[in-house]
Amino acid sequence: MNQIWNIARKELSDGLRNRWLLAISLLFAMLAAGIAWLGAAASGQVGFTSIPATIASLSSLATFLMPLIALLLAYDAIVGEEEGGTLLLLLTYPLSRAQILLGKFIGHGLILGLATLIGFGCAALAIAVLVADVELGMLVWAFARFMLSSTLLGLVFIALAYLLSSLVQEKSSAAGLALGVWFVFVLVFDLALLAILVLSEGRFNPELLPWLLLLNPTDVFRLINLAGFEGASSMVGVMALGSDLPVGNGLLWLCLLGWAGLALGLAFLAFRRREL
Amino acid sequence: MNAVEIQRVQQRYGSMQVLHDLDLTLGEGEVLGLFGHNGAGKTTTMKLILGLLSASEGSVRVLGGAPGDAQVRRLLGYLPENVTFYPQLSGRETLSHFARLKGAEQRQVDQLLEQVGLAGAARRRVKTYSKGMRQRLGLAQALLGTPRLLLLDEPTVGLDPIATQALYQLIEQLRSQGTSIILCSHVLPGVERYIDRAAILANGRLQAVGDLPSLRAAAGLPTLIRASGLSQAQHWQARFSEAGHSASSSAEGLLEVAAHNGHKLGLLRQLLGEGQVADVEIQQPSLEDLYCYYMQRAESTAPAGES
Repeated sequence: MNQIWNIARKELSDGLRNRWLLAISLLFAMLAAGIAWLGAAASGQVGFTSIPATIASLSSLATFLMPLIALLLAYDAIVGEEEGGTLLLLLTYPLSRAQILLGKFIGHGLILGLATLIGFGCAALAIAVLVADVELGMLVWAFARFMLSSTLLGLVFIALAYLLSSLVQEKSSAAGLALGVWFVFVLVFDLALLAILVLSEGRFNPELLPWLLLLNPTDVFRLINLAGFEGASSMVGVMALGSDLPVGNGLLWLCLLGWAGLALGLAFLAFRRREL
Repeated sequence: MNAVEIQRVQQRYGSMQVLHDLDLTLGEGEVLGLFGHNGAGKTTTMKLILGLLSASEGSVRVLGGAPGDAQVRRLLGYLPENVTFYPQLSGRETLSHFARLKGAEQRQVDQLLEQVGLAGAARRRVKTYSKGMRQRLGLAQALLGTPRLLLLDEPTVGLDPIATQALYQLIEQLRSQGTSIILCSHVLPGVERYIDRAAILANGRLQAVGDLPSLRAAAGLPTLIRASGLSQAQHWQARFSEAGHSASSSAEGLLEVAAHNGHKLGLLRQLLGEGQVADVEIQQPSLEDLYCYYMQRAESTAPAGES
């Protein structure tokens, strides 16, 4: 356990040193505040609208941003360390590959979790202080759920980044693949699902389709945050399928956790097989 | 107990065999020089000892345990060739990080920085270090936790002559404290004074292993006798040549004669007894000469496709 923490604290202090933590926190705080007050500007409304609308917009944003930041943070975790020459040295120390990977996972996870807490937490605080008669209980509950699920989504993509990083021989390949993974999960997957829906003209088993959403962690994340509000009118596009899903919120959380576990497990297998 | 015992190890990467039937031991408190060309199998041997590779066949024991065991690794120090560190950390932060991983005491960090002459640069980021400074930091890193076995891969690369001397003195000091050391190097001059035995690898086969006198005896290389200020140098050259020794001379009275095993003392006696000699130098085959000899022998006896 001690060794895992030794690796984790190195990653965390790197995140502080190279201002990653600060930059992500600021980005989250500004975007969240912007969305809370200006999110409804398109419909001619300026100012805070409602907690569900804010969370819905934030979720859409986090769906794009969280995987990207996680992949950027972690894509070179293994291959970069090998290219830099330090992985060889680390592996001659009394610590296992599992400890190295878990230590990095905790370190990167802490950076992302802290940035989420600081960034979005500040925005929530601003809403609580500045918006008159806001429902505090709902605000805390909605933001807590949003921040926790965002961090979990980030963890999934950190683990996916480790998987890529353990499979390739060059840092540039890892960067390219990371972009590819982001593209597939954030953009292509939903479009493909919609295409299946349209092209199959009802021949595709309609009960199966909503389950396919669980194959994409970003969709699971959105379902968690959107399904939390009664009669969520913001369920548009492929997310509307989610309302047909006969699973509770607990299972969605489990599914996101499962994704993180699966990706981390695969990353470990790839890292263990990697020869120096 | 031997610090390292390698028995009948075969190592293959796919269809390529990189080590053939390797037998090598390292006694406690012994310094072994491991020499060979690029691709001879030195790094593979190191990786086997470190537990980064497992042998395709044969057995490797390190400090009485299996290579790669956490307990064994705690007692082992390794300086890789071209060592690199996290560029954004300072020298002291780097050493501190590795000390935690090794389970070494933090107070050792400053002691080691002092020992390798980096105390003044301890707070500077490693990316501002010269190659020699990185190498010294690497050495300090290898010494964390007071290892019983030290593996040094090309430790003198990037070091100036003074730092190289300091390194060799440190090796002597560690040996006297009972540390076993394997030293891989391409830089042969100067090393021979500090090693107990030399092992020469070529094409994945151990060509020779032993202390220098026994390697010299086995190789049968001549000792060079150089006499200066000699009257009738040409006469002596003719005399020795007739007796079957290879000899050369100059008009300035310099004579060089190569004395093979068993002839050295006889030739010296003749020269000193009968000749007018101002000075005599005796040059034994150096480690470099031995290395070249065994390498050439390996080339000429290598099975087709290996050299």
